[in-house]
Amino acid sequence: MSNRATPDAATQIEIYRRMALIKANDERSRKVIMNGRLVMPYYSPRGQEVIPSAISVNLSDEDYICTIYRGSHDQLAKGLPLKDLWAEVAGRTTGTCKGKGGPMHVTYPTKGIMVTTGIVGSTMPIANGLAWGSQLRGDGRVTVASFGDGAANIGAFHESLNLAAVWKLPVIFVCQNNEWGEHTAYDKTSNVKVADRAAAYGMPGVRVDGNDPFEMYAVANEAIARARAGEGPTLIEAMTYRFFGHVFGDADAYMDKARKADAMANDPVPRFRAKLIETGVATEGQLAKMEAAIEKDIDEAVEFALASDFPGVEELKRDVFAEEMA
Amino acid sequence: MNAETPMAPANSAKAAKANILQGINAAIADAMEEDENVIALGEDLADPEEGGVCGVTKGLSSRFGEHRVRSTPISEQAIIGAAIGASLVGFKPIAEIMLMNFTTVAMDMIVNHAAKLRFMSGGQTHVPIVIRTMTGTGFASGGQHCDYLEAWFAHTAGIKVVAPSSPQDAYGLMRSAIDDPDPVLFIENLPTYWSPAEAPEKGHRVPIGKANVLSEGSDVTIIAYARMIQEATPAVAKLREAGISAELIDLRTIAPWDQETVVKSVAKTGRAIIVHEAVTPFGAGAEIAAVLNEQLFGRLKAPVKRLGGAFCPVPFSKPLETAFAPQTADIVAAAEALIKS
Repeated sequence: MSNRATPDAATQIEIYRRMALIKANDERSRKVIMNGRLVMPYYSPRGQEVIPSAISVNLSDEDYICTIYRGSHDQLAKGLPLKDLWAEVAGRTTGTCKGKGGPMHVTYPTKGIMVTTGIVGSTMPIANGLAWGSQLRGDGRVTVASFGDGAANIGAFHESLNLAAVWKLPVIFVCQNNEWGEHTAYDKTSNVKVADRAAAYGMPGVRVDGNDPFEMYAVANEAIARARAGEGPTLIEAMTYRFFGHVFGDADAYMDKARKADAMANDPVPRFRAKLIETGVATEGQLAKMEAAIEKDIDEAVEFALASDFPGVEELKRDVFAEEMA
Repeated sequence: MNAETPMAPANSAKAAKANILQGINAAIADAMEEDENVIALGEDLADPEEGGVCGVTKGLSSRFGEHRVRSTPISEQAIIGAAIGASLVGFKPIAEIMLMNFTTVAMDMIVNHAAKLRFMSGGQTHVPIVIRTMTGTGFASGGQHCDYLEAWFAHTAGIKVVAPSSPQDAYGLMRSAIDDPDPVLFIENLPTYWSPAEAPEKGHRVPIGKANVLSEGSDVTIIAYARMIQEATPAVAKLREAGISAELIDLRTIAPWDQETVVKSVAKTGRAIIVHEAVTPFGAGAEIAAVLNEQLFGRLKAPVKRLGGAFCPVPFSKPLETAFAPQTADIVAAAEALIKS
């Protein structure tokens, strides 16, 4: 473990900033829906903040990600501006997809956010193609495919990991194992660790505590370095826990109350915050200021979104094909 | 299936003969020569694997390298996914799904992703891929190897569907499909791969969405595509002998189909027969018939007739397989019935 990469102080603070942004954005999203100001399907990433934050500090804007409907944490960590996100989920013309994609299809190529899919398992086949492009060009970029533990049981997982391994693609498969595939617990749907399946494809597979920023950073750093060096893909199984039901409004009666209470008591965001202060990496005042700035940015983004126009119906004919339809 | 040597791609004399397989091969080769972003992938595609099961891509990997022409595992979702991903960053991938029935295992990638990413991203990304796939009855391959499923894709917003019936159209439509900024499903007919005809000219383009009037007539319009052109062409001759003047339109593109040419023709003849190998119910013929009724109601001299495959899985036994798809005699009989009605 000693030769593993450790985030320096500035990187630790940046990881925390991204985590705090995701947490604050999630809390605001739920509040805005509850207040009736916005109607959208919402898949909370609360509890999973560490994974994309610790991964994305190892990526540049030129690197690609593909993520899923539960993806606002991945998108924000990769640099999606709040205004573009909020206007999109509000279905406004100022949204990153002009309001035509919505929360399950957020796309922002400027920061390498290439695909957000609402189909379980579908990030992986497309991530391979992005990585194939990088391999052909030799541009040194890597692609991160995010998916949940449920997606590890879909056929696309097998096809994609096999192809990536055979072609030695610069791709990192990140399974965010939050213990739940919709309403069904992981131990009811698989007999093995997701990471152990990597052996079947001849690629490294690592199970890591996805709620530990240091562990997550080190594992991601190594996998990304491997991919950049042309050594091929890695499967990372990042263990975490989904704080809420599958979709907002789901009463989550199927989730064990004690397990959930335990996970929430070990909330990775305040835990990392306390650690940064305890180890002298940051001060309480510094972090409070950062959090206040995030709240202000979210305030502005929400108001910007809700004040923006809805797209006109002429948009039904646009972007179906390059040429506008008659 | 015996693979043949692809024709010489350059400077072929205009009178030279080629078959459809060679037309497709030449189109891909010429596109790869001109643009290094054109890449190809699919099962058995590269030369060590014989350039595809029928040899359509023979010679390409030797010429352009196996990094650009890749044989893949038997993994249709992974094939289309890889094509989509590469297309998002500027490549022009040509993905082969060996048989049209195998598109069924890649439908999520084709329908939910390739067809929709442009729209769902608000135009920020687009998917300029070509999906090549072959199909067609005639080789006694039974129920899972020769369906025509074009209506499924034509019913999906965001994907174009073409089905050439000649070497020239195969070349020209392939070049246009590769040029196209959106996904194009390119349907190849297996039994007619080796039918020789006039060779295509290098660089020739057939516009997507443009039908071809193969013969002009005044009594009835026959609208067909793919192998059905080979059934309809002799039908036109037989009808002429019987004193019936039939206009034959090769649709070439199923989505978006050339309404202008078809409606103009049927406005003239007042009668229409749509012929396809796909099963009749909910097929492309139903859509064309509906548009003809919407636009020409009152001017039609007879109800629009559809001739399609029997509504059953494609049978194996030879007499049944032959009876499954429309034949020349069916087209002749349908035309005569329309004239009499």
